[in-house]
Amino acid sequence: MSKSRNTTKGRPSGRSPDTLKKLVQLAELVYEHAQKGRDPSVDIPLRTLSNVHFNTKSRIIEMGRSKQTRNFFNYGQAKRFMQTILVAAKCKELLDAGKSASIRQIYYMAKHTIAGTQEKTFVDQSESDPILEDLEVATASLREELHVFAANRGALIGELQFIDSGDSIDATHLGSGGYAIPSIVEPEVIQFRKCSAKFVLHVEKDTVWRRFVEDRFWEQHHCIITHGGGQPPRGVRRLLYRLHHELKLPVYVLLDNDPWGYYIYSVIKQGSINLAYESQRMAVPEAKYIGVSSFDYDRCGLTDDVKLELDQADIKRSRQILEYPWFQGKKNWEREIKKLLSNGFKMEVEAMISKSLTYLTQEYLPYKLNNKTEWLD
Amino acid sequence: MAAKKKQSQPAATDQLQLTFNSTAGTLKKKRTDDSPEPSSHPEAQSVAASQKTPDSTPDETSAARPTRKRTKAATAESMAAAQREISISEFFAKNRHLLGFDNKRKALLTAVKEAVDNSLDACEEAHILPEIQITIAQQDEDRFRITVRDNGPGIVKNQIPNIFGKLLYGSKFHRLRMSRGQQGIGISAAGLYGLLTTGRPIQITSRLPKKKEAHHYQLQIDTKKNKPDIVKEDIVPVDWANGTEVTIDLLASYIKGRQSVDEYLLQTAIANPHCTIIYKSSQDPQVEYRRTVNQLPLIPDEIKPHPHGVELGTMIKMLDDTAAKFLGGFLQSEFCRVSPGLCQQVCKQAGLSAKTSIKQLDGTKIEKIYKALQQAKLMAPPTNCLAPIGAEQILSGLLQGVKAEFYTASTRPPAVYRGNPFQVEVGLAYGGELGPSPTDISFGNETAAPPAARVIRFANRVPLLYQQSACCMFKSVLDINWSNYSISQSRGALPSAPLLIMIHLASVWVPFTSEAKEAIADYDEIRKEIRLALQECARRLGLLLSRKKRSQAFARRRDVFTRYIDELVSSTVAIARINRESLRNNLLKIAQRHTRVADQQYDEHGKLIEQDQADTPLANTIVVKPTTAPDTSNVSLFESDATTTEPSKKRRARKKIRTLS
Repeated sequence: MSKSRNTTKGRPSGRSPDTLKKLVQLAELVYEHAQKGRDPSVDIPLRTLSNVHFNTKSRIIEMGRSKQTRNFFNYGQAKRFMQTILVAAKCKELLDAGKSASIRQIYYMAKHTIAGTQEKTFVDQSESDPILEDLEVATASLREELHVFAANRGALIGELQFIDSGDSIDATHLGSGGYAIPSIVEPEVIQFRKCSAKFVLHVEKDTVWRRFVEDRFWEQHHCIITHGGGQPPRGVRRLLYRLHHELKLPVYVLLDNDPWGYYIYSVIKQGSINLAYESQRMAVPEAKYIGVSSFDYDRCGLTDDVKLELDQADIKRSRQILEYPWFQGKKNWEREIKKLLSNGFKMEVEAMISKSLTYLTQEYLPYKLNNKTEWLD
Repeated sequence: MAAKKKQSQPAATDQLQLTFNSTAGTLKKKRTDDSPEPSSHPEAQSVAASQKTPDSTPDETSAARPTRKRTKAATAESMAAAQREISISEFFAKNRHLLGFDNKRKALLTAVKEAVDNSLDACEEAHILPEIQITIAQQDEDRFRITVRDNGPGIVKNQIPNIFGKLLYGSKFHRLRMSRGQQGIGISAAGLYGLLTTGRPIQITSRLPKKKEAHHYQLQIDTKKNKPDIVKEDIVPVDWANGTEVTIDLLASYIKGRQSVDEYLLQTAIANPHCTIIYKSSQDPQVEYRRTVNQLPLIPDEIKPHPHGVELGTMIKMLDDTAAKFLGGFLQSEFCRVSPGLCQQVCKQAGLSAKTSIKQLDGTKIEKIYKALQQAKLMAPPTNCLAPIGAEQILSGLLQGVKAEFYTASTRPPAVYRGNPFQVEVGLAYGGELGPSPTDISFGNETAAPPAARVIRFANRVPLLYQQSACCMFKSVLDINWSNYSISQSRGALPSAPLLIMIHLASVWVPFTSEAKEAIADYDEIRKEIRLALQECARRLGLLLSRKKRSQAFARRRDVFTRYIDELVSSTVAIARINRESLRNNLLKIAQRHTRVADQQYDEHGKLIEQDQADTPLANTIVVKPTTAPDTSNVSLFESDATTTEPSKKRRARKKIRTLS
């Protein structure tokens, strides 16, 4: 597994000598290059589709070896190089102080006007976030190790007891709001205590998740229900990984019947292209897609009212997904996506509510859970 | 002109004589016979003079006169009565536009021009560095007195009346040598124009070197006989050394602008950096163009005609005039580039012997010789008859006349058209006060379109101000595809750039399209040479421009690096314990290396000039560094690199400059 867990012990406030060393090395490299009269440069592994490959054995997306050399004296890269080192300096500051900051806070920490100009180091957060990811891959550290976290997104509820930062939490007694999944869910932060759940149900978003919470689905079916607010953030994915690997819980996902839903499933299952370097500690290759399927429209006898027309972007994206190596050769997925395209419409999970308020939790899902043939793998 | 054989009657008796009554300011006509009453108006005088038929008897005249009833058919005899020689003066008095006196404004310019040209020719021939004073005094609303004085060798007393009072009298027509004047019409025509429009004679004062006194003449042209008519002759003391002063009163108008006296003198100064021109007009403060070159141009030699430039008729005439007795002697002595060997060859080709007597040659034989001559492979005519301005002098002149950023010049090797040697020179000035460079515009905040280029034309160092579009030089500029040289150009138009194009044609015989000497005729050979010279200069300019563009891009790049270096240093120092100053200096060094192009200077071939050479003046190209540094805060980091290639001497030389309008 990731070596980070072996090297970083205790709470995140503790110093991470390894990461610190990597940052110092980065700065020293700049100095060395300059002293030798060479252009200061950093090798950053490419985070593109061309530089990922699907490991058919471990069934996850892995990052390739292609690297981009970011050179300070390259006109087009000068600013980004400067930004990379600037963000590194801010992370060093966090490590030294034993604090952590959100990616937005990092953005504010690093943002200032460059002396003697009107220019800002960063114009908005969308500029600093990829720089942070660059820094992660360049130093082969995790965001957590750099003491940076993202905003909490996603929630959990169900038959699980655990400790978060020293506080015991019983996920069956969390009212209607559930447990907000933090950005960092490493074992130093969260330790599982007791689990009577049989599986994890991951739904796409908050609204659907609430339906399940209100109907106390987790109680009837002895499970943990999570959502990721759309594309699940790293904390949610990491937690799913841990639930699956440490507690041996199968993960079932219930997503909208559209290409974006397919891709969320794909990310949970084999990792994302952008964060391919983290696939091995996040991907759950055993995850199953249990709905919503394009065939559910006919099977459940839904009405026209639930149809959402596929637009050009949807069609394009669907075809793109079908082309991904990790979807290749999967007959049922081929059938599914082709059906979606031939249907010409997409459906949200909420479509099931059109039958009746409890149709989703009382009939649809129990049916799906009992019919493994309906699952998409 | 239907001029018949010269009439031998003593015509002097019935000549109309013009004398000037200086107190009354009007013309008094004295007549010596009973010729018809002429018009009293001075302008109409010339018309009357050419129309009247003084030799005819009254009977013959009446016979030729049309009656009201029926026109009597003219007979050969009656027509013969009206047929007579027309004097060249009469002809030009009627056709003054041919000499450049079409309107009042142009008349002023032409008069000044003719006087200045003569002065410059005289000074140069006498190996004197010319210093010319021009004064234009307004006497009345449209009456001006122009005075041009030079420091030349002066004119011997006896020749003064002929030179100034006779058209087509001069030293320059018969020889094949480069000079400003060619025919010997100019100054006398100016005097004639003055006389016709104001009735006042031309005044000449000339002092020979080492002579105490100067001769003073007041002259009129007898248009009928093309002879000088001395109104006043005197010996006067003057406060200047040797030289000649010409004063002409004339009807004119003084308007500034492209075709003004001011412009003419400025351009003259550009093309003649060896002369000093002092110009006083009644309106403006005195303008001085001081000489920037203390060396006279090479005095061109006279040459004999080249066989390829001679027409059959001319050769027949040359055979008539020659002192040689035999064909071989004639060919070798009257032409250039005919060697004894070649002479034998030509004679053999024509089926004649070199010892054939000239007298034995008839029409067919002459034609054979002519053809053989034309077919013979001859060396090009000698070029010592040409005195180009020279690239350096052109640069010097341009530097004085225009404040620009780039200057480049090129002198073509001599070439030949119709047997006449000629040489083309081109100078370019770019940027500076001619207008912002388009590359600057795109980078800066200026949005104005670049101005159209200007062409200034010279023939034998004389500016040509009129008839631009009819001129071979102007057409050649349009022919060039300027976009090849990073200069934008609309189809069929002048290039759009802050560009001044100077073109000079030096030749023993400049092929003007008219006697007013305004435009050069379109000879392929000339056009080709102009094109090549233009291309050579444009190539340098293009290189300089593209280098400049590149430098600018690198300067921008350097700005970026400089901006981020301090950021990068701060961040790096915050992470690791390293020496801030050493890192910063190392980074700055690398940045300098990467953006060295921004500081680079290039020679005329666009090659990099090493820093240590950058101060030496460049051959035929001058690059003036803009005096304003655009952004001092960032540039200061690289101050050590900033070098100027401006040849300081030349910079100083242009203290007193009037720029081209």
